[in-house]
Amino acid sequence: MTIQPSSQTGNTTTTATLLGTYLLRLGDDNLILAQRLGEYISRAPDLEEDLAVANIALDHIGVAQHLYTYTGEVEDDGRSEDDFAFLRSEREFTNALLVEQPHDGFGDLITRQFFFDAYQLELWTALAQSADERLAGIASKAVKEARYHLRHSSSWMIRLGDGTEESHQRIQRSVNDLWRFTGELFDGDSVDRDLSNAGVGVDPGTLRPAWERTVTEVLAEATLERPDDPYQASGGRHGVHGEHLGHLLAEMQWMQRTFPDLTW
Amino acid sequence: MSYDVPQIPGEQLDDITAKHQDHGWPLWEVFVRPKRGLSHTHAGSLHAADPETAVQNARDVYTRRAEGVSIWVVASTEVHASDDSESMFEPFEDRPYRHPTFYEIPDEVGQM
Amino acid sequence: MSGEAQFQATIDADEKVEPRDWMPDGYRSTLIRQIAQHAHSEIIGMQPEGNWITRAPTLMRKAILIAKVQDEAGHGLYLYSAAETLGVSRDELQHLLHTGRQKYSSIFNYPTLSWADMGVIGWLVDGAAIANQIMLQGTSYGPYARAMVRICKEESFHQRQGYAICLALANGSDEQRAMLQDAVDRYWWPSLMMFGPHDSESTHTEESMQWKIKRVTNDELRRQFIDTTVPQGQYLGVTFPDPELRFDKETGHWHIGDIDWDEFWAVVKGNGPLNRERLAHKVRAWDEGAWVREAAAAYAAKHALAESA
Repeated sequence: MTIQPSSQTGNTTTTATLLGTYLLRLGDDNLILAQRLGEYISRAPDLEEDLAVANIALDHIGVAQHLYTYTGEVEDDGRSEDDFAFLRSEREFTNALLVEQPHDGFGDLITRQFFFDAYQLELWTALAQSADERLAGIASKAVKEARYHLRHSSSWMIRLGDGTEESHQRIQRSVNDLWRFTGELFDGDSVDRDLSNAGVGVDPGTLRPAWERTVTEVLAEATLERPDDPYQASGGRHGVHGEHLGHLLAEMQWMQRTFPDLTW
Repeated sequence: MSYDVPQIPGEQLDDITAKHQDHGWPLWEVFVRPKRGLSHTHAGSLHAADPETAVQNARDVYTRRAEGVSIWVVASTEVHASDDSESMFEPFEDRPYRHPTFYEIPDEVGQM
Repeated sequence: MSGEAQFQATIDADEKVEPRDWMPDGYRSTLIRQIAQHAHSEIIGMQPEGNWITRAPTLMRKAILIAKVQDEAGHGLYLYSAAETLGVSRDELQHLLHTGRQKYSSIFNYPTLSWADMGVIGWLVDGAAIANQIMLQGTSYGPYARAMVRICKEESFHQRQGYAICLALANGSDEQRAMLQDAVDRYWWPSLMMFGPHDSESTHTEESMQWKIKRVTNDELRRQFIDTTVPQGQYLGVTFPDPELRFDKETGHWHIGDIDWDEFWAVVKGNGPLNRERLAHKVRAWDEGAWVREAAAAYAAKHALAESA
């Protein structure tokens, strides 16, 4: 399926097509989150959790690889999954701000994961019905993983919220700190609208009610308060990030930048 | 990976004989059914605070290479074992008629 | 038959000793220490490789490295489980590691300074481990042997992925070849030291052999490893940092120079490049995770009470 580039994408990425732009956002979300999870391996509270975090990271990398590969085909400019991952600058990355947030310990990590898992479950469920067969295929596989991730992260939210006084306070702080990055997940722009109209993508706004229900339910069971601060950060989809992403990319891309055009 | 960690000559070693309680993270025995039609078999053990977490962890630890379709976890304290000394099992060795090889079936009867 | 006679008969018949069997105190304590230190080695071993997860040069390499490190966590877990059948808890064993009373393999006290180290660790360090590991599948204690069988099954990809990285470097640019050679220069001798002291200097080897905990001696394993590995290095086009390395046609084995036992013992005693850092990392992860473990336990207790009410 070919989709004409929209003149109103307003994005700073080097993608020429609407679909490419869209796929890259999804790919970037998964890669950046996988990178954050990768930082945590060997630092988990116990071995079982090191295994779980590694598993989740692998799932996200897998999805990112599929999405980037497809992006390369759609863009038809010879770029590979590694070109997208390692050779774009921070202004070209279009991940949501939530996934680039650093974690100061397990509480932040699992809260970030929970908010994102609840969103990904709705996203992949919807995209499994995409008119684009390839994207629907990627989504059908990803939805099973998202379901498993969500069960893992929500179990932890509940145990930490309804655990000890200390865990309750810590996880509440993580919830409060990350809340302002959840809204962006549901902001749609012309890229989302055009693709959703074509039956290929999904308007992220439509995913919000189900996400709200999941989050409300889990926070309640976790005896946690839902923050009521209306402020929501945004900019990620247009390459305007906070100050964390630059450092993350510097570390992630170092080998390819230092030793260009080699085979590893 | 497996490693030999040498002892420094003259090093005093600990004598670990006491059993220590884990702080709220009991041990679970994990049983995995490798595929439909087969029984669950013992795969190993792991620590978790509750059964739900134990099952979830068991999936990552014992089936991440697609080695199973079903997982059971049993608190290790709930596993009751036989006394494996010889005397308990000896009588069975005296009753060969329980085994099909005890009987001679004429060839003309066919497979049995 | 007495427990002692049964134990000896089991060993002599090459059968497995199981958890509830009678066993000599020395057998039990040797096993606990060996299995626990093996487990600790797996866990600490996650760190040198974990050091390159965020910097892996391609997505595929990143994924493979994560999977390998994940396997190491899993191997540690299987081994702690095996040790626990002997009546100790994982908590107690970790405490012994954290307080320096139990150790882990010295190889992990060396830093990983380049991407080539990922290849060389897989090739040499895993290679050395596999030799020992295959031998341990035949160890006399049942749970340990079964854990080793499981580990061996998973291990086959580890050495291959390391060697694949080495091949890519060997077939790459001058810089990549130099990176590979540098890693070999740093890891060759420490890999040979992984097999432990010479048989003549190794305390407890004889006892371990009698109890069939250990099935092949240090020197024999080391020799097997060298014979297998040198040709692999020649294929890569690397040299080994040993001017005395030569093939002895009479014995059919590769002859090496003297191992620097001073370095070996220094590292075993805690004065290697990263001993303090490795342990501190482990202890910090444990301490920083205390609130999480406590929360899970508290939740379980609350809900167990609620269920029984």
